[in-house]
Amino acid sequence: MTVGMSFNQLSEEEKMTHFLDRINAGEKIEPDDWMPEDYRLQLIRLISMHGISEIMGALPEKEWVPKAPSLHRKLAIMAKVQDEMGHGQLLLRVAEDLMAPLGKNRHDIMEDLFSGKLKFHNVFHMDAPTWGDAGIIAWLVDGAAIISQSMMLDSSYGPYARALKRICAEEVFHAQHGESIILAMAEGTSEQREMLQDSLNRWWESLIMFFGPKSAKETGNSNADKNIMYKIRTKTNEDLRQEFFTKYIPRIWSLGLTIPDDTIRFDEDSQMWIYKDADWSKFKQIVSGNGPQSQNRLDLRRRSYKNNEWVRAALAAKKAN
Amino acid sequence: MTQETLKPKEKKALIELLYQLADDDFLLAFRGSEWLGLAPHIEEDVAFSSISQDMMGHANLYYNLLENLEEGEADRIAHLRSPDLFRNAIILEEVNGPGTYLKEPDYDWAFTVVRNYFYAVHKHIRLDSLRHSSYEPLAEAARKIMTEQYYHLMHWEIWFKQLMTSTDEATLRMTAAIQKVWKDFGGVLTLGPYYEDIVKANFIDDENVMKKRWNNKIEAVLKEVGASYPGEPRMERGNGRNGVHTEDLKQATATLSEVYATNPATGW
Repeated sequence: MTVGMSFNQLSEEEKMTHFLDRINAGEKIEPDDWMPEDYRLQLIRLISMHGISEIMGALPEKEWVPKAPSLHRKLAIMAKVQDEMGHGQLLLRVAEDLMAPLGKNRHDIMEDLFSGKLKFHNVFHMDAPTWGDAGIIAWLVDGAAIISQSMMLDSSYGPYARALKRICAEEVFHAQHGESIILAMAEGTSEQREMLQDSLNRWWESLIMFFGPKSAKETGNSNADKNIMYKIRTKTNEDLRQEFFTKYIPRIWSLGLTIPDDTIRFDEDSQMWIYKDADWSKFKQIVSGNGPQSQNRLDLRRRSYKNNEWVRAALAAKKAN
Repeated sequence: MTQETLKPKEKKALIELLYQLADDDFLLAFRGSEWLGLAPHIEEDVAFSSISQDMMGHANLYYNLLENLEEGEADRIAHLRSPDLFRNAIILEEVNGPGTYLKEPDYDWAFTVVRNYFYAVHKHIRLDSLRHSSYEPLAEAARKIMTEQYYHLMHWEIWFKQLMTSTDEATLRMTAAIQKVWKDFGGVLTLGPYYEDIVKANFIDDENVMKKRWNNKIEAVLKEVGASYPGEPRMERGNGRNGVHTEDLKQATATLSEVYATNPATGW
């Protein structure tokens, strides 16, 4: 760039080169910086999905909040769902800043959720019929979330990286809360151990799905590759899944639980876990809103949004005064 | 006074008071937790769930004081008493609206704001008195709780005033909610059948003094938002401090103890 020449005078191509140079040098992109439209859209897609997943993700655990089996567990799970809601709020604020230049806001996010355009994480479409599920969700779903979110702590988009720092710190507590539930049940009665094993059986395939397919081949989607190029993320779905296996499979086994996949093993030659892959057509069905609880949970949100329309109108009128 | 210096009559009165304090917070915290994910906006979901969590913590503190008075384990007290042994006011056990928290909840935000605001005003008055309770462990708990409760009161007061002075629809809904809450709010303001012993031992101020404080405050707030004061709140469905309750409490305790009751002896 010559002295005195402003950034705005650069061609789109030069701007793009400058942008890629910045992210390759490890610089952070801030909301008011120039960014390619594609980068903005990728971020909006990723962050609004992440944010809304936190919010929808509070619902399966909420089912267990009043039923948590001691005062201590009640307090812990209340703190956890409150954190999740807080993460959702934090992330939606990041997404809202990115959407503002496109003339969109929170209302559009909610409408997109209700219409099915904005998807939320596969795990939150599933049934959670026992207290064991509350334990598995907190231990393994949050454990999986820590792995996939930690990879983005160094995301090229500054506000997202900073939000994730706080989120990951809290998720560590959630996983500990989950592990504590799991340990109590694993050391408890045979009924408790059975309940726990049932929950693990129920959640295993969802956990495989959690990280997404190995490559674009399975879903015909190349967002992960694009996000690596933009340094929004640094690892592939399979890298993350392998990391999850390495961290959790030994722990699951040490509790005397069985993983519902008799092919699973660590292959010394390739230094990889060999496992039975998930049914990705089922995954597509689930995230398109056809999971066992997708519509029930969406209905809770839709219904409350409608029931509370008068409250939002009252607040808006108050603001206008 | 400490646990060791309590006379039997005083101990009985103290236990009654502690059940009222614990059960009031326990039930309203439960009703609050049912709102998660259903509040008018996400910021409120975050704030309200934090308040409910605090209140559950307050109930836990009181249940632990009861445990120290040989009433049994706190978890057992909270989860396994039959509904007629609960001492909360009836208005606090009432459902949030039609439906359940799992299915078709048509919850009423106006009712929730009014109930929580009126309760927060009373809880503040009650804690302010309990800070000087003759039973030192209770005074200590009250001082701790007060630091959090200050924000709860502020939160609900903002909601109450905003919704009372906005659109016509909001005013209508809020007015209907005030009328509904008024019918039973008298139950919160009473100390129940052991009232005389409770007051005589200086565990808390006279209920008439606290009632007056509450009425004065609410009358002033209603005036400020252009509403009329409907006279002393009533107790139409009976006194929860006597163990009189509704079906809503049965539903609440069944939910709260669903897992614990399957095996209270094991660790969870």
